[in-house]
Amino acid sequence: MTPVAVMVGANRIVSAAGIIHPLGSADLSPDEEKALRRRIVEQALQALRTEVAKPTVFTRE
Amino acid sequence: MAARSLRVVSFLNQFFGQLGGEEKAGVGPQVMDGAVGAARAVQQALGDAGTVVATVICGDNHAAEQADRAIPELVALVAAARPDLLVAGPAFLAGRYGVACGALCAAVQAELKIATVTGMHRENPGVELYRRRVYTVETGAEATRMLAEVNRLVALGLKLARGEAVGTPAAEGYFARGVTRNVVAGASAAERAVSMLLDKLAGRPFVSEVPRPAFPPVPAPRLVKTLEGATIALVTDGGLVPRGNPDAIEALNATRYGAYSIEGKSSLDAAQYDNPHRGYDTTWVKQDPHRLVPVDVARELEQSGAIGKLHETIYSTVGVATTLAHSARMGREIAEKLREAGVDAVILTST
Repeated sequence: MTPVAVMVGANRIVSAAGIIHPLGSADLSPDEEKALRRRIVEQALQALRTEVAKPTVFTRE
Repeated sequence: MAARSLRVVSFLNQFFGQLGGEEKAGVGPQVMDGAVGAARAVQQALGDAGTVVATVICGDNHAAEQADRAIPELVALVAAARPDLLVAGPAFLAGRYGVACGALCAAVQAELKIATVTGMHRENPGVELYRRRVYTVETGAEATRMLAEVNRLVALGLKLARGEAVGTPAAEGYFARGVTRNVVAGASAAERAVSMLLDKLAGRPFVSEVPRPAFPPVPAPRLVKTLEGATIALVTDGGLVPRGNPDAIEALNATRYGAYSIEGKSSLDAAQYDNPHRGYDTTWVKQDPHRLVPVDVARELEQSGAIGKLHETIYSTVGVATTLAHSARMGREIAEKLREAGVDAVILTST
């Protein structure tokens, strides 16, 4: 849904793991799932530290 | 024309009322008999259709700074002249003037049940504030085409005062009021869509029948603190609520949000939460709420010192078919509460 976030003008957008579970995945083991969630949250924190001038999507490495 | 001659009041600021420039912007509401200053253009446009019986004037600063007092006083002056129509402005690109015109027209319509019309440039802040309530004719930025533009204001104003049918915004030259009116089209939707597509492909001009809402750009705030010293809050539009949905947040088209404490919680117990959101399959989030609101890893980041503090309240609403107006209001209210609580930044998780 990141194109919608860009369209409405959200400034710092981190692409997450999907609509039904943005910060997780039922296909992973509990540990792997939590590690994925941690990476996304850390990327969101990184985005908060990044100066942006317009809606910017931070994609997952 | 057998129509009776209408009584018209003209509202002007100190400049167009010929009291003076910026040095007179503080003058309070006053009324003069007949057409004064720019109201003479209104009289000219009216011709035999009506008479400007009074010109009501207020200084721009007075109207802007003391609106709570000035607008009721102006309404009383308008009422005393017993008009059939109030013509406010045109205000062109003058912001204080435009807002005063809109506010006065809205109040006169509501309280006196008298027809009103105003006019201004599309970037005048009065447009966004009042166009839904007040017929606002689009004008240029400056008074260079005053007579022609006043003619359009008066033409629309006469229709309103006489209770005649008003055409579309495009036909009459006023800003769309967001009103939907049923009309019979000459061709089916499919035919109109195909002909629009052909125009688009051929590079010909075309007009969409479905205007998209405009999203004004929001400046991106800077995080002024380091993450290690910052308080971070978690907010979601994915519908997480405590079991029983105590705030009765709607399953779609939400008008409410909830504030839920996570004090003392290092994680969220799935048994204590629910999710009324009807815009996605919530099975996986109900199994593990962290898939939507990452309290577990945020607590770990707080404990390790990577962030200063995790805010002890999470905010949640349901973002599906939610109107722009309710979204904006809820966002504003949540932001005010977060700011009061000293929160520096938000991670908003969305489905």
